Amino acid sequence: MLAQLFGFKGGVKPQTNKAPSVQLPIGQAPLPSCLFVPLHQNIGGAPNPLVVVGEHVLKGQLIGGADGWVSAAVHAPTSGTVLAIEEHVAAHPSGLPTLSVVIEPDGRDQWIPRTALDHRSLAPERVREILRDAGVVGLGGAAFPSHAKLTPARAVPMQDLVINGAECEPFMTCDDLLMRERAEEIVRGIAIFRDLLGAKRVLIGIEDNKPEAISAMNKAVLRLAEDYAVVAVPTRYPAGGAKQLIRVLTGKEVPASKRSTELGVQCFNVATVYTAYRALAHGEPVISRIVTLTGNIEQPRNWEVRLGTPMRELIALGRPKADTDRYLMGGPMMGFEIPDLAAPVVKATNCLIAGSPALFPASPPEMPCIRCGACAEVCPHELQPFELYWFSRARNFGKTQEYHIFDCIECGCCSYVCPSHIPLVQYFRFAKSEIWSREREKQAADAAKARFELRNAREEREQAEKAERLAKAAAARGSERKPAPASAAVLPPTVEPVQPVAAAESAEAVSPSDPDTVRKATIVAAMERARAQREAVKPRNTEQLTVEQKNEIAAIEARRAALKPEPAAAQGGRADSATSQERPGE
Amino acid sequence: MMNWTTPPYLLDGQASVRRVMLQVLVGLLPGIGAYVWLVGPSILLQLALATISALAGEALMLRLRGKPLSLFLGDGSAIVTAWLIALTFPPLAPWWLVVVGTLFAIVVAKHLYGGLGQNPFNPAMVAFAACIVSFPALMSQWPALGLKLTFAEQVSIIAGLAPRIDVMSGATPLDAIKTALKLGEGTVDVPTLLATQDVFGNFAGRGWEWVTTGYLLGGLWLWQRRIITWYAPLGFICGLSLLAGALWLWNPQGFASPLFHLFSGGAMLGAFFIVTDPVSGCTTSRGKLIFGFLAGLLAYTIRVFGGYPDGVAFAVLLMNLCVPLIDMYTQPPIFGMKNQR
Ligand code: SF4
Ligand code: SF4
Repeated sequence: MLAQLFGFKGGVKPQTNKAPSVQLPIGQAPLPSCLFVPLHQNIGGAPNPLVVVGEHVLKGQLIGGADGWVSAAVHAPTSGTVLAIEEHVAAHPSGLPTLSVVIEPDGRDQWIPRTALDHRSLAPERVREILRDAGVVGLGGAAFPSHAKLTPARAVPMQDLVINGAECEPFMTCDDLLMRERAEEIVRGIAIFRDLLGAKRVLIGIEDNKPEAISAMNKAVLRLAEDYAVVAVPTRYPAGGAKQLIRVLTGKEVPASKRSTELGVQCFNVATVYTAYRALAHGEPVISRIVTLTGNIEQPRNWEVRLGTPMRELIALGRPKADTDRYLMGGPMMGFEIPDLAAPVVKATNCLIAGSPALFPASPPEMPCIRCGACAEVCPHELQPFELYWFSRARNFGKTQEYHIFDCIECGCCSYVCPSHIPLVQYFRFAKSEIWSREREKQAADAAKARFELRNAREEREQAEKAERLAKAAAARGSERKPAPASAAVLPPTVEPVQPVAAAESAEAVSPSDPDTVRKATIVAAMERARAQREAVKPRNTEQLTVEQKNEIAAIEARRAALKPEPAAAQGGRADSATSQERPGE
Repeated sequence: MMNWTTPPYLLDGQASVRRVMLQVLVGLLPGIGAYVWLVGPSILLQLALATISALAGEALMLRLRGKPLSLFLGDGSAIVTAWLIALTFPPLAPWWLVVVGTLFAIVVAKHLYGGLGQNPFNPAMVAFAACIVSFPALMSQWPALGLKLTFAEQVSIIAGLAPRIDVMSGATPLDAIKTALKLGEGTVDVPTLLATQDVFGNFAGRGWEWVTTGYLLGGLWLWQRRIITWYAPLGFICGLSLLAGALWLWNPQGFASPLFHLFSGGAMLGAFFIVTDPVSGCTTSRGKLIFGFLAGLLAYTIRVFGGYPDGVAFAVLLMNLCVPLIDMYTQPPIFGMKNQR
């Protein structure tokens, strides 16, 4: 409309393959035989189970409570019985298990009592809490708890709220269909976010290959008499990356080191906005989502799927063709191969693609880099991917950080165009995970050192105090009982006073009275906090590394094995032990 | 066993090293066409000799280094090197000269430095420099254009069966100016030379001016196909024209025009096919501009004031040395960091 477009550098135009899955309206996926609801479906703290085995739960009942501020609750997707709370294979590239609540549906699909609320009558704090407890997270794939993104920066006035309906990944159409069919609810939901943030302007960005969605959104905006601008943005992957869309619509570039609110802008996916609206206006927590089921199947389509539905059951609805050789979760550019179809649909599952050798041909053999610069030309973050590649390969991780490896969003544009077919993203993930694990090792070592020093200090002090006490006691004894003869009979009374002192002494060790102790404890606590924060708030590119340490360690090992570094490269590794001390992401 | 594959699962089906190299070869065709038409078909024989020796050298080195032959032999990079060598060597040079040059380029300048993608110096330019230093006489024997030889005669000269007749050692247009000015000692001036001597055509060397125009056209096509970017060629052309233009304006009697220089010798080939070599050139946009510009300045300086007929090869090799430095200092600001420098 009136908005000026800014464009972003780089990007590619792969075949979109979106048409097959938009032929049918969103379908309601049938109730599966059993639901496996992972407790940890978001970035940040893992919710703890609030139900016990054998308990009967209602649809929408809280089964996992948010753990800390950056976390989001998890709910029962239907009514039924909790069969187990156990480790079940996760929707993660590693396929490692994660703690899940197994629910056998009773078929009645009976809701908890729901209350409709108007966000305008609630305190902002309360609204954020409701969103957290309704399990509202970024449904674009990042699964970052939304309420944690809804606080404006103190010093910067909130200018623009960007609503992301770009959906740039090939094959994916879940947001497209959602906008076509439920535009009004999205538009209503936007008001919640706008009011919480106090944004002056709302810009809804949709790639111009979705005319139906654009017109549906425009109509809804008009009908509801809002002043939001629905902007058609040029179709170019990754226009739907939050930072790219913010850039296209507002001209602002959010560096990796900053949060977008610090630039007075924030971005939410349309599906997220939709669930926020359902949570407030209908009291419905996030228990389902729209999933595009497409690729090498007979009936591509979007389904509204209950979270926890085993992927195998969902995929069966589309009737995969015989030559299907793999399944991807997410788009073909940033998604991953699902190692086990027993894994459930989770909040981050926006798309399932059945792959075939024809659809995703095996990559031709890797050749050496010819420094052609094609990768740099398409990098939306204007990095020099081939430099990162050379340094990652040489295990010179300090240099990769100098060349901004943590600004890489792993969009895959560079790998897409590389004439030498180098799996660049794989190298970058390897480098990032190495840097993270070294960083963690170092932090663990630092923390251990701090603990050790703390203990040493305490022990020294204890000893000093004990000596003093003993001296005093001896002196007192000496003066009080001088006349009495030293015998076993008088010993008990002398022992008695020692015990309370010992108790008090250990209490004192952690009491805040000792400045040294306090300082050290503060350092440890601060370090712990910083670590937790970094892990929680890091941009998407580290998401899969930090969500679960277990998964991550396995992933690192596997990638390392897959990379098979040449002996020369392995030798180079020694040189950069010093650089591992640099902090990532800066 | 878990199957570890990483995204993206979609690749640009068009992108491959072979395709890049093939397009570079296609980009050379207009120039080669003009060459055959105006200078003689002997260049085809030289191209074939160079191609065969490049592939043979490549196969040998790949085998010695234990690399997959099928993968690398077909990448086309050796053929690009071969063609550049053939096009920069005199067309009637003896067969072994181009063979030795090409083998040197492939074996020493390419594979001893680690093969595809690893060579810091442009292999074709290494070959040219090595040969002009080792065989200065043979490398400066250019056929006079008026010389009408049949293809059979050309072949027998290249094969060494016919005597290398004197009339063949006509000077290149660049050499002609240099020699005439030196011999004339102030009595001759460039405009008269250009107007009277037979080696000169409309704006540069007779015949050659169209060959170099062919390179220009092919280069523009490569740019349009996004195989090369405009930075290095423009930098080169600017560097060369700037120096040439300044001296020409200052003393038009003693110096040829920038136009003449751009369309003479290896300038156009250099601008579009040599300073654009990704492996041995700069990678950043500003770096490419600087690389091209300085190479242009150097090329002019060497060809006009130095002892060799042309300066492109030495200029490029000198600049190859500076690449890591230039790249390091021209890293562009990344997304979100543009205002934080
Ligand atoms: S696109 Fe591939 S070959 Fe070209 S510079 Fe980048 S990594 Fe190297
Ligand atoms: S994956 Fe990273 S380096 Fe490659 S294009 Fe995307 S942001 Fe740039």
